[in-house]
Amino acid sequence: MEISYRDMITVLHGMGFGVLFMLAFSGAIGVIYATAVVGPHWPRSKWDNAMFRFYLISMAALAWLATISGAYIIYPWYRAVPPAGTADLSTYPRALLLSNPHTAGWHDVGMEWKEHIAWFTPIAMTMVAYVFIKYGPRLALHRQMRNAVLGFTAVAFFSTAVAGLFGAFLNKYAPVRGGPDIVLMREN
Amino acid sequence: MSVEQQPTGSGAAAILAAGMGSLALGVFAFAGDAVPALGRAFTFWQPTGALSGVTITAIAVWLISWFVLSRRWASRDVRLGPVNAAAFAMLAAALLLTFPPVMDALQGK
Repeated sequence: MEISYRDMITVLHGMGFGVLFMLAFSGAIGVIYATAVVGPHWPRSKWDNAMFRFYLISMAALAWLATISGAYIIYPWYRAVPPAGTADLSTYPRALLLSNPHTAGWHDVGMEWKEHIAWFTPIAMTMVAYVFIKYGPRLALHRQMRNAVLGFTAVAFFSTAVAGLFGAFLNKYAPVRGGPDIVLMREN
Repeated sequence: MSVEQQPTGSGAAAILAAGMGSLALGVFAFAGDAVPALGRAFTFWQPTGALSGVTITAIAVWLISWFVLSRRWASRDVRLGPVNAAAFAMLAAALLLTFPPVMDALQGK
């Protein structure tokens, strides 16, 4: 059982950083909302508050890792230009998609949107983590600030969902492959 | 946990700066796509193309605006209604500017 180096980095980008970040969303929304329902005495202890600060900082870190790995490691492989006369475009995903009018839209709309919208997530989540760390339970006293934090968290979720969805489809039609093969398991 | 009031300035600065950084990203992405010379100027690192300059410049705008607003507002109570309205308006504009069909329509493609 083998996987190419580029496949493995793409899996780490999407399934490692991206999916883990998506899974963390419901927890973030729940705890921020809880400060509104329970009031300024939630979280009840300094330990709970510290844990949620760590949770939000981890989410922001995952967002930065997913976005930077996507833009600066995987995207250059995706957009590599094939030498003139190359017939097999399987290791040039962008060129492969654009070579067929039935798949060109996956680049023109999918990748063009994904490469930009993904960046809203780390900006939004860094702000959300900062505001929660700065105000903590006091967020309950500032309804409009809490609404802004929830709104930006929702936009971060939407941005990640768009980037993740198109990432999955793009990898289906034109996977980023290449580099040395990595043996995961030897079969007899 | 004891809870006492805290000025809203720091939070308002972070929220407005996030909106400004997002709008910068949308505007730079659109400008880089619409004006080839700008697209080339945004190519800070060839393998990633114009995306490198668009994102690095937008993040610089975000962090600088956050720093400046924080210095001005940190110890003040700032009205959050107008701040939220401006931040979400900028975020909405940014989302539209990065959506390829809107980018193309604005360029008359």
